[in-house]
Amino acid sequence: MRLVVDLNKCQGYAQCAFLAPDVFAMHGEEALTYNPRVDEEQRENVARAVAACPVQAILADALDAPGEMAAAPGEEESHGR
Amino acid sequence: MAADAFLTWLRREGRIVIVGASLAGLRAAETLRDEGFEGSLTMIGDEPYEPYDRPPLSKSVLLGKASPAHTELPRRRPVDAKWRLGVAATGLDMAAKRVLLADGDEVEYDRLLIATGVRARPWPRQAEAELDGVFVLRTRDDAAGLQRRLMASPRRVFVIGAGFTGSEIASACRARDLPVTVAERADAPLVGALGGVVGAVAAELHRENGVDLRTGVMVTGLEGDSVGRVRAAHLSDGSTVETDVVVVSLGATRNTEWLAGSGLGAGPRGIACDAGCRAFDFRGIVTDDVFVAGDVARSPHPLFGYQFLSLEHWGNAVTQAEVAAHNMISSSTDRRPHMWVPAFWSSQFGVNIKSVGVPSMGEEILITQGSLAERRFTGAYGYQGRVIGAVTFDNSRWLQFYQGLIETAAPFPPAFLTVDRRPEGRQPVPADFPDPSLPTHGPTVTLSGYSPADRRLVFKPAHP
Ligand SMILES: Cc1cc2nc3c(=O)[nH]c(=O)nc-3n(C[C@H](O)[C@H](O)[C@H](O)COP(=O)(O)OP(=O)(O)OC[C@H]3O[C@@H](n4cnc5c(N)ncnc54)[C@H](O)[C@@H]3O)c2cc1C
Ligand code: SF4
Repeated sequence: MRLVVDLNKCQGYAQCAFLAPDVFAMHGEEALTYNPRVDEEQRENVARAVAACPVQAILADALDAPGEMAAAPGEEESHGR
Repeated sequence: MAADAFLTWLRREGRIVIVGASLAGLRAAETLRDEGFEGSLTMIGDEPYEPYDRPPLSKSVLLGKASPAHTELPRRRPVDAKWRLGVAATGLDMAAKRVLLADGDEVEYDRLLIATGVRARPWPRQAEAELDGVFVLRTRDDAAGLQRRLMASPRRVFVIGAGFTGSEIASACRARDLPVTVAERADAPLVGALGGVVGAVAAELHRENGVDLRTGVMVTGLEGDSVGRVRAAHLSDGSTVETDVVVVSLGATRNTEWLAGSGLGAGPRGIACDAGCRAFDFRGIVTDDVFVAGDVARSPHPLFGYQFLSLEHWGNAVTQAEVAAHNMISSSTDRRPHMWVPAFWSSQFGVNIKSVGVPSMGEEILITQGSLAERRFTGAYGYQGRVIGAVTFDNSRWLQFYQGLIETAAPFPPAFLTVDRRPEGRQPVPADFPDPSLPTHGPTVTLSGYSPADRRLVFKPAHP
């Protein structure tokens, strides 16, 4: 599962680091670091963090999206409409 | 075809091509589908990877908290596109509405979005730039190579340029306990973006964290050993630094060369577009089918005197892409302007640095909250009697408030008192930006409005 945090929005409330400590961590007082690729077993924790972030700064893969992966070079034709 | 009939057709069966398959490209594609575009969508990207996120490359990745191969961007929704990855666009024929590709293919479009971003400015002397151990940091491949070297415990890392990226790299090296030297032409780190007052705080941060920071110096040359590995850097003050890893962090160059001769208003400063993301042609006439978004775009902003702004900001790439995508498939009266207030973050040495507005336009700075000495403060920048930008060090919760002041052109210095105002925050002081005519490593916001002194632009009409 892939995720990204909009750090313009993030206010460093550390709610995510509390709910999914293996994914999010504070670096210093306010700065957030995170691992953008999360093991499936973390999915529930991440979902909780996404829901609990007071400024909605965390974006994780939409559940139906990961199936559509980009084509590797050379095989793109098969992915046409 | 009447205009609305054309739009209906475009939305149902039109062909949209996006060149640049990264942050702006992906978010534009998602927005197009969200807004009901059902035609064909082609994503062209010269990197062989699906869209990934760059900010972690100089932060989590170098800190060893994420893998460079795993920063792909999450998808908001499926985009159902034809992906042409690993192949560069090499030309644009605006009359025939065709993009030319490096593999000889041509792709036709009804609407084109250009989101080719920027690339790292390489070390200018090619032979030295090619030495083993010399890196830039822009792509996932760059990050993977650099991370591998850092893991091999080099004796010393040498960073050229103390802008945001250079400072983040130095910070990551120190967190890994690697000796690091940073060389900067200006008198302090971050001065191009935040000025000398804040730069002095950044310099303290470097030094307290054990960075060997050399300011006011230029790197005059890199030296290799007999098998082509970098072994030393020479500085303008006559000193030499022994090193086995060099990271060149000298800002970015806009990816517009492929548009030379196309007739588009594209050049070294980016691609000019209107507030609705429509590209200008070289005559200054706005096009109706070519749109631009992200780091490669420069567009006028009413809040900043209609100056053309080039922003190398993550948030700008996202919002500009959304506006461009919306406008590509909307009638003229439904189009929206891209009026984003510039905003940027960085984290280094455990400090969260954020800015809004255009600090580099500021003549003066007032420390409105906290104190420079504690490295926890808010600074407001003033320009001709109004608030034009703000910066926070570990004080980001206040930024929203200052953004409001910028948006309403509130008077500077602010008339009100704030919580935590200290004696040093009673009087504005000169913000101390370097002479803008001297180039610095990426200020991250570039004012690129027309300058009468600029005679470098050469127009190359597509059809002479
Ligand atoms: C190390 C690093 C750290 C950063 N940290 C921050 C931060 O802390 N905060 C912040 O706000 N911003 C940060 N940024 C900036 C942010 O990543 C950019 O603003 C953002 O990536 C811009 O997205 P973009 O899609 O416009 O351009 P890019 O991400 O540059 O993507 C452009 C894509 O187009 C491709 N391309 C170029 N030419 C062609 C061609 N002719 N044909 C096909 N494809 C082409 C490129 O290879 C690239 O994949 C950072 C950037 C880097 C590199
Ligand atoms: S919960 Fe949201 S605001 Fe708080 S640190 Fe996490 S991402 Fe930032």
